[in-house]
Amino acid sequence: MSENATLKENTAATDTAAAPAPKPKRPKPKSMIMLGEQTNALFENARIAKENGEKVGWSASIFPQEIAETLGLNILYPENHSAGIAARHQADPFLQECEGPLGYSNDLCAYAKVNLAYASVLNGESNVELPDGGKMIKPDFLLLTNNICNQLTKWYENLAKQMDIPVFFIDTCYNAYDYVTETRVRYVRAQIDKLIEDLCAFTGKTWDEERFKKIMEISQRNSYLWERANNLLDRKPSPLSGFELFNYMSAMVCNRGKESSTAVLQQLNDEIEQHIKNGTSTFPVEEQFRVSWDGIACWPYLGHNLRTLKKHGINMVASSYGKAWAIEYEDLDGMARAYCFASTNGDNATTMIARRIEALEKFGCEGTIYHVNRSCKVMDCQMMEVQRQISARTGIPFTSFDGDQADYRNYSEAQFETRIQGLVEVMRQNKEAISNG
Amino acid sequence: MANLNSNIALLKSACENPRARLDYYLSQGKKVIGCFPVYTPEELVHASGMIPFGLWGGKTELKLVKSYLPAFACPIMQSTLELGLRGTYQGLSAVIIPALCDTFRCMTQNWRFGVSSIPMIPIVYPQNRKSPASVDYLISEYENVLSMLSTITGMMMNEKALGQSIVIYNEHNAVMREFAQVANDHLDVVTPHVRHAVMKSALFYEKSEHTAIVREIIEALKALPVYKFSGKKVVLTGITCEPDALLDIFTENNIAIVADDLAQEMRQFRTDTPLKGGGGLKRLALQWNARYGCSLAHELGKPRGKMLADMCKENDATGVVACLMKFCDPEEYDLPHIVADLRDADLPCLTIEIDQQNTSYEQIRTRIQTFCEMI
Ligand code: SF4
Ligand code: SF4
Repeated sequence: MSENATLKENTAATDTAAAPAPKPKRPKPKSMIMLGEQTNALFENARIAKENGEKVGWSASIFPQEIAETLGLNILYPENHSAGIAARHQADPFLQECEGPLGYSNDLCAYAKVNLAYASVLNGESNVELPDGGKMIKPDFLLLTNNICNQLTKWYENLAKQMDIPVFFIDTCYNAYDYVTETRVRYVRAQIDKLIEDLCAFTGKTWDEERFKKIMEISQRNSYLWERANNLLDRKPSPLSGFELFNYMSAMVCNRGKESSTAVLQQLNDEIEQHIKNGTSTFPVEEQFRVSWDGIACWPYLGHNLRTLKKHGINMVASSYGKAWAIEYEDLDGMARAYCFASTNGDNATTMIARRIEALEKFGCEGTIYHVNRSCKVMDCQMMEVQRQISARTGIPFTSFDGDQADYRNYSEAQFETRIQGLVEVMRQNKEAISNG
Repeated sequence: MANLNSNIALLKSACENPRARLDYYLSQGKKVIGCFPVYTPEELVHASGMIPFGLWGGKTELKLVKSYLPAFACPIMQSTLELGLRGTYQGLSAVIIPALCDTFRCMTQNWRFGVSSIPMIPIVYPQNRKSPASVDYLISEYENVLSMLSTITGMMMNEKALGQSIVIYNEHNAVMREFAQVANDHLDVVTPHVRHAVMKSALFYEKSEHTAIVREIIEALKALPVYKFSGKKVVLTGITCEPDALLDIFTENNIAIVADDLAQEMRQFRTDTPLKGGGGLKRLALQWNARYGCSLAHELGKPRGKMLADMCKENDATGVVACLMKFCDPEEYDLPHIVADLRDADLPCLTIEIDQQNTSYEQIRTRIQTFCEMI
């Protein structure tokens, strides 16, 4: 997977309740309630803005949203929204519409397929019933960065044509090297400058340098809190059932530059610390194995994933996205560099391997579960070599399963169970070998 | 005519056995650089005194590649990597991989580790071509390619050589465009198979050599009386239209290909590098910015369908065949728009799936037959 790619998608769970939803009996932690309110506010504010004649945008999930936040724009996030639809098992009619009347291929990213179909309903070209009543309101413009994948570039190209709206685009250029070349920084910086100018002209807003500085600070603070919450899962046993962290991604994806996210993440950190203090955990059974998860959550089958893992006492404590939001920078040049290396854009095999080994060690993982995501070539097409190298260097076993982050047709419960069973056997042998000296 | 036939046979045999072409250049003491599809800056290789050599995969058993790529990566990358892993490309001094799509991004890494005996030179084209800054950025990407190439030759490319290479490539483009036009008056000789061989063989020749051969073909064709073709005429779009068995189905049905928008064929040749306006690298960057109607270069407005409709009009074609490379997401995003625009222009469009490893064409045969009756 790619760290941040995961991030973005995972967020969906927030508004879904389909994610590793706390058991009905257990009261929702306060942080989750706050998160739910934040998500509602995001959609509600967009709706109100639209009613008041303001322009609303859709954005790729790792666009430098500090720009939109500084301008006070209302932005919604298709990847996040599609994940939510998938998690609630509502993707089917959209997938059918996209692959049928709209004529798209089954191979494409399922987030894109759901979204393109949703957009065609908003555009009055399709009749699929919108299960959320259309809260992903029709955009007036698009914000695009391709630091996650190139499918986004094509997907937004199509949205722009379909709805006849402009795209504000920051092309970040994949980094085949372990650093961002200075010419990339200059190219991205020039695009950011132009984008701010164009976006101001389009929306009638004005750029305020002081406000931008403030937003950057908030965003940095949120990154720090997010990373800290992730890092606290290194305790044994882990204070949290790892999948629960996926829920909080939306605070980072959709609301990275907002103080409401600071509040949510602060609360989350407090709750985790409380668990550590009390020696408790939200993982419902005894933690027998600690694993890392590679790739986007398999939203339509999250429940099945969790049940299967729980049965074996497997807690997912690391998902290599921990560092993803450590987007650190102090100015626009720094922002250009940071967003250039963000997400899969910085995932050449060397950086992928290094980040994963670091996470495996830090979190004391005994295995890795790799999601071969049918939707996502960028995350899958170099993964086999990465797996081989990590396993050779660390001796930590892995397994993989076929799935999809939003298309429910690409998953087999039986396969998942068998693969996990296999992994457990190896992990158990390894454990015994260690305890036998 | 003898000349014509032997030249065509020459180009056909280059396509059938690219390895022989590679060996030929190696035996001449030339250094050869593998160029992954598409828009790889061949001029830089050429100006560095080496031979750019196209790598577009081919029919082969997919075995070793299974431990590198999932089954849903496109067949062209599967076979290229398979051949690389098997040592078929031995002798190449390096490969250049343009990261034009997600699969390509990963290919740069798979090659690095899988085929470590042949160094990999990555290049990432800018997609926001409206940004003036994209030119400077691309120049620096080219500079990076050049510095890696110079470690192979031990020499530095010079401006004069690059200027000459650009002229040679522009000439080649012009000659290929002329061939495409002249061919349409001789559809008896230039069957789909022949047309493809003339286009594809460009990948395996130093360009001025190829230009010379194609020029001779053009002259010979012009000397023939115009042939009145009675069949149906179509335009092809897609990444490639291969293998030959597929092209022969067009011939069987008396369908001629009168223009194409294939990445392997005319897409490469339709945009020249400006002859003025800065140093060679800058002009090459401007060429990239001028490319149009291609799934691999971001462009707003989805102009490809309209472009294809115009191509049909100009070439008297009554339909389009979209050769959809299996699992190719950039193409898959364009296709619905192409189909819709062609429908608006009253032009039928048939989509066929392209897989180099295909062994059975029965289904495609039936569909082409039906399509033929429609157009
Ligand atoms: S292709 Fe992959 S990275 Fe791109 S949007 Fe889809 S899931 Fe995310
Ligand atoms: S553009 Fe299409 S055919 Fe080319 S490498 Fe990418 S997926 Fe494969």
